[in-house]
Amino acid sequence: MIPILQVEGYGKHFQLHEQNKLIPSSLNVSFTVRSGELTALIGPTGAGKSSVLKGIYRTYLPSAGRILYHDALGHELDMVLASEHQILELRRREIGFVTQFLHCLPRQATLDVVAQPLLGLGVSREEARQRAADLLSAMQLPERLWSVSPATFSGGERQRVNLARGFIAKPRLLLLDEPTASLDPATAECVIGLIEGLKAEGTAMLAIFHHPETTRRLADQVVELTSPPAVETLLKEEIMAPTLALLAAPTGGVASLGAALREAP
Amino acid sequence: MNKILEVRGLSKTYGPGCPQCVESTGPEADTNLCPHCGSVVAIHDVSFDLFEGEILGVMGESGSGKSTVVKAIYFDQAPSSGEAIFYDSDKQHELFALNAARQRWLRNHRFGMVYQNPHLGLNFNISAGGNIAERLLMSDVMDYGAIRARAKALLARTEVLLSRVDDLPKHFSGGMQQRVQIAKALATRPPLLFLDEVSTGLDLSVQARILDLILEIQQELKTAMVVVTHDLGVIRLLTGRAIVMKYGRVIETGLTDQILEDPQHAYTQRLVASAL
Repeated sequence: MIPILQVEGYGKHFQLHEQNKLIPSSLNVSFTVRSGELTALIGPTGAGKSSVLKGIYRTYLPSAGRILYHDALGHELDMVLASEHQILELRRREIGFVTQFLHCLPRQATLDVVAQPLLGLGVSREEARQRAADLLSAMQLPERLWSVSPATFSGGERQRVNLARGFIAKPRLLLLDEPTASLDPATAECVIGLIEGLKAEGTAMLAIFHHPETTRRLADQVVELTSPPAVETLLKEEIMAPTLALLAAPTGGVASLGAALREAP
Repeated sequence: MNKILEVRGLSKTYGPGCPQCVESTGPEADTNLCPHCGSVVAIHDVSFDLFEGEILGVMGESGSGKSTVVKAIYFDQAPSSGEAIFYDSDKQHELFALNAARQRWLRNHRFGMVYQNPHLGLNFNISAGGNIAERLLMSDVMDYGAIRARAKALLARTEVLLSRVDDLPKHFSGGMQQRVQIAKALATRPPLLFLDEVSTGLDLSVQARILDLILEIQQELKTAMVVVTHDLGVIRLLTGRAIVMKYGRVIETGLTDQILEDPQHAYTQRLVASAL
C-alpha cells in the first residue's frame, strides 16, 4: 500500500513560561501510515499518543522532526513547515480528526453539525443533509435528535455525532483519538464496522483506542510509544542548541531546569 | 484560495510621538504609554493576511489595540504609518494611498463594519429599514421598490421581525440592534466584513444566535471577516486563524486551535489558562 504519511523523528515539548518549566511530551517518534490501513498508537498514559495526533494536525506546533504528507495530487509536503493556509486547506479537503470533544455552535442542529465538512467541499445543503441523515441512522442515533443541538446529548450520543462528522467527507487521512471510548458495546461495534468500511475505501487511519481488543481487531500496524525520558536525557539528545547550553547547569529534573531557564541569557 | 487583504507594518500613535516611543512601549515595557512624550502607541508594526472567505480573529485585552486595527482599515482613523492592500477581483487598492472619495466609495460599496456600540453603526433617528436604505442609497441603489424589498429580505435574514421594519432602532433590544447593524453592513454584499466585539455585552442566548448568524452568512456569501474580540469562546467558534495582541503589538499568530491548545507566548499562555 502507498505511504500517505511519514513521521520522522517527531518531538514535542511544552515550554510553560509562567512556571518556568519545560515539559517533554513526545521524543523521536517515527512511523509510516499507508492508504487503506489502520496504524494504532499504543503505550501508557503520558506516552504522548495524543500529542502525536495533535502535532500532525497542527493543533500542537511540533518541536522537532518532519511530518511528510503525500497529498491527493501527488505532492509531498512537510506539515511541520507548511503555512497556516496550507494546513487549513488540507484539513478542509483531506485530513480529518475525531477527538473526544465536540465543539459546535450553540444552536446548530445535529444534522447540520454532521453535514458541515461536506458544505466546506461545495456539496449542496440538501445533499449534505441527506448524507448526514444516512450516516446518523447507520450509527443508530435516534431520528428525534437530529434537529436538536448536540449540546444536550449524552456522552455516547455526542461521540456518535463527532464520529459521523469525521467520517462523512471520507478524508484521505483520518486521525482518531479514542473514538469508541464512551460508546456502549452495540454502538462501538457499529463504529468499528464504519471504520472497516472506510479502510476498505482507501482511507488511511492513525488511531488511539481505549481497548486493546479494538486495536487487535482493527490495526494493520501497531506503533508503541514509551513515556518520554527524564528531562536531562531529553536535553542531551533532542532539544536545539540554545537549550543545550543549559545542560551546563546542575541537572535534577524539571524544577532545576526551570531555574536554569531563568538564569539563561 | 486568493488573498483579499494584506496589511503590513500598520502603526498608530496618539500624541506628538518621539524617537523613543517604540522602544519604551509594548509587552516588555508593560505599557502602551510612552514615558518620554506621553504619546499612546495604540498599535505598532501590525501585519497579517486575509484570504477570501476566511475568518481571522484578533484577540487581546482592552487597550491591546485590536479595535484600532480594524478602525484603521475601515478608514475610521488614519494610521500613522503602514500599508494595507485590498484585492478586489481583478483590481488592487492601496488603501491609505487613496483619496478620501475613493476611500468612501470602498467603505460604502466593498466593506462592512459592525461595531460593539450600535450607536456607531446605526442612525438612531431613522427606522431600521431606513438605516439599510441609507446604506443602499450610498452605494447607488436608487429605486424605492428595490430598496424596500432588499431591506426586508436582509432583516428577515437576520431574524428581525418584519412588522418592525419601520420602528426606530432605539426601541429595539440590544441583540436586535446588533442584528439590524449586521443587516445594514451586509446590504451591499461586501466581500470584506469587520466585526468589533459584536456579541460582547449581550446575554448568552442572544450571543449564540448572533454568532450562528455570522457563520451562516460566511458560508452563504463567502464573506471574509476580521473578528475582534476578547472572548476566547467566540474566537474558538468563529475563526480559523487568529492573532494575539498586547500593548499594540502582535505577540502571537497561528491556527486558532493551536493558539488555544499550544500557546507559545507567556501572555497567551496566561490568557488561555485563565479562561473559564
